Amino acid sequence: MTAYPTSPQFRENARAALADGQLQKALGNVRTNFIAKRAAVADRLPEFEALRDQARDLRDHVLAHLDVYLEAYERKVIESGGHVHWARTAEEASRIIVDLAKSRGARSVAKGKSMVSEEIGLNAALERAGIKAVETDLGEYIIQLRGEAPSHIIAPAVHLNQEDVEAEFRRVHTWLPKDRDLSEPESLLAEARAELRAKFLAADIGVTGANFLVAETGTSIIVTNEGNGDLSQILPRVHVVVASIEKIVPTLEDAAGLLRVLARSATGQEMSVYTTLSTGPRRADDLDGPQEYHVVLVDNGRSNMLGSEFEEMLRCIRCGACMNHCPVYHAVGGHAYGWVYPGPMGAVLTPSLIGVDKAGHLPNASTFCGRCESVCPVRIPLPKLMRHWREREFERHLSPAVSRAGLGLWAFFARRPALYRFVTGLTIRALAWAARGKGRFKSLPLASGWTAQRDLPAPQGQTFQAQWKAQQAKQRKRS
Amino acid sequence: MSAREDILSNVRRSLGVSGIDAPRRASVEARLAAHARGIAPQRGQGDAAARLKMFVEQAQAVATSIAHAADVNEAPAQIAEFLRAHNLPAHLRMGDDARLRNLAWGAASLEISYGPSAGDDLNSVSFAEAGVAETGTLALVSGAHNPTTLNFLPDNHIVILRASDIEADYEAVWARLRERYGAGIMPRTVNLVTGPSRSADIEQKLLLGAHGPRRLHVVIVGD
Ligand code: SF4
Repeated sequence: MTAYPTSPQFRENARAALADGQLQKALGNVRTNFIAKRAAVADRLPEFEALRDQARDLRDHVLAHLDVYLEAYERKVIESGGHVHWARTAEEASRIIVDLAKSRGARSVAKGKSMVSEEIGLNAALERAGIKAVETDLGEYIIQLRGEAPSHIIAPAVHLNQEDVEAEFRRVHTWLPKDRDLSEPESLLAEARAELRAKFLAADIGVTGANFLVAETGTSIIVTNEGNGDLSQILPRVHVVVASIEKIVPTLEDAAGLLRVLARSATGQEMSVYTTLSTGPRRADDLDGPQEYHVVLVDNGRSNMLGSEFEEMLRCIRCGACMNHCPVYHAVGGHAYGWVYPGPMGAVLTPSLIGVDKAGHLPNASTFCGRCESVCPVRIPLPKLMRHWREREFERHLSPAVSRAGLGLWAFFARRPALYRFVTGLTIRALAWAARGKGRFKSLPLASGWTAQRDLPAPQGQTFQAQWKAQQAKQRKRS
Repeated sequence: MSAREDILSNVRRSLGVSGIDAPRRASVEARLAAHARGIAPQRGQGDAAARLKMFVEQAQAVATSIAHAADVNEAPAQIAEFLRAHNLPAHLRMGDDARLRNLAWGAASLEISYGPSAGDDLNSVSFAEAGVAETGTLALVSGAHNPTTLNFLPDNHIVILRASDIEADYEAVWARLRERYGAGIMPRTVNLVTGPSRSADIEQKLLLGAHGPRRLHVVIVGD
């Protein structure tokens, strides 16, 4: 993956995505599967909404005490025989891991799925040092072969169809018989499993992410369905966990509470197949497991988000529900967002991490329908946070004239919630209409600069222009 | 300044707090020490019979297969039956677990080898620390009695679980760990396993046996 963002070209990316028939076919799977599964599993658990409130409150508590929890967590990791490394930036984080690998003479690294490793550009950094990084999650493996970035935070190859995978395996696995049957997804999975087994066993270092870091015990927790994150950490001699600083939870009980909303929100499972708690290196009576255990704590802009209007974004547990339910994501897929984190969470997080000048278009990638917020397990007010970015972008005069007019209109609606709801309802219906019959959009407002919002009927009473002028005057008086 | 100091002081600056703020420290210490339970689903909370029923229901829903044995001495015969039914060789790999060692494997015509897996074993057997009724989840703990590779490398993972070890929720598993290892101390690996390995990375189609076991078979002992 490239750490170089193409987010500034969001509109161009989006236009290309809309014209890509294969992509549009693949995105149909997101719309149909994720939404129905999450709804069904949430319905089955009467406590689900209360668990979401609890999860939100817990995350807020952690963020408010993050420095103290980080110190407590570090103490426990060291007590259990592990090492903690701190990285201010992406470059620093990659360098720490590359140095670790070099000093242990590592030639290959097996990687469990980790979004923060994408964020820090780890594979490229290892590659530059002559060390092969092998992605072991099936989806990540497929896109690594294709030289692509993930298009979804939990389903990285969701933009691909079965034929794409077959073509890639035939292109890369040239040592296998040419006439083998790969017409079924089962045969593709079996081939990947066999190829990757050898790579796990040969790896010197295993790198995984962490869903949670438990301060009480110094434990890192990963959640997977395949078991690749486990093979990545129990077979190589060294286990490196790379995680951003906000992943801390106080206790095992707190982790349990978050686990109950994570899988349900992400894949609609009651629980993911493997929830693994790892603490330190192997013990005296262990016959397998890593001999060294390292944690790299990555800040990369997060400490600046604390105390700002974007702090709530740090509650995120990376479930992907917001993108699964986002009509813009459904229409353009993850790559259009141009960096590591797509969908609504990406639209808020990306400008925070790489700068609004590089990602300024992303917060516009919204119909403000509010579905993301309504499914977010930690109740992040994503539309509100996107609005903050739009307002900042507006203030900085970074937006082209058309968006500025759009934002003015948006600010107008923001102060009239009922009207706003009515109009966004219209927008959604308009989008659905645009997609009629084909399950995809023929033309989407965002691709041409969000015309839909500006083409809506003028609000009752005064004309929009009059309202807009009055609004401007009021603002001038206030400032 | 070190990266550590930089990050911590930046966190404090952003939060508008100082590092020596006693009430904040006290509130964190209190929360860690109390490790209070949060909301746990009612559905796991019944009596032993209800927990067993819920465990089986949840486990089967995620493609775990279940067999019952009245007594742990019947487990080898149950396992032999499972292997025969799937045309699997009568060979099992397992850890050095006192609860497994003395079972009459030979009488069931099963050949046993001990130790971690290097990837060439088809079948492994573990003794579960506990089960969790709420989601049909197994808790397995690393150590010489159950090297973690046994949970992942073999194609068929067979787990013996005492019905009396089926707990309501994950929190009850944490309580057991604290009792055994001490507060704040964990074994190297705790695996919560809910069904056989799977992937939906190709067109969202659910396929079993991604990197871990293709089959997860649980023999529940007692009732
Ligand atoms: S913002 Fe909320 S819904 Fe989106 S990935 Fe994060 S936790 Fe999940």
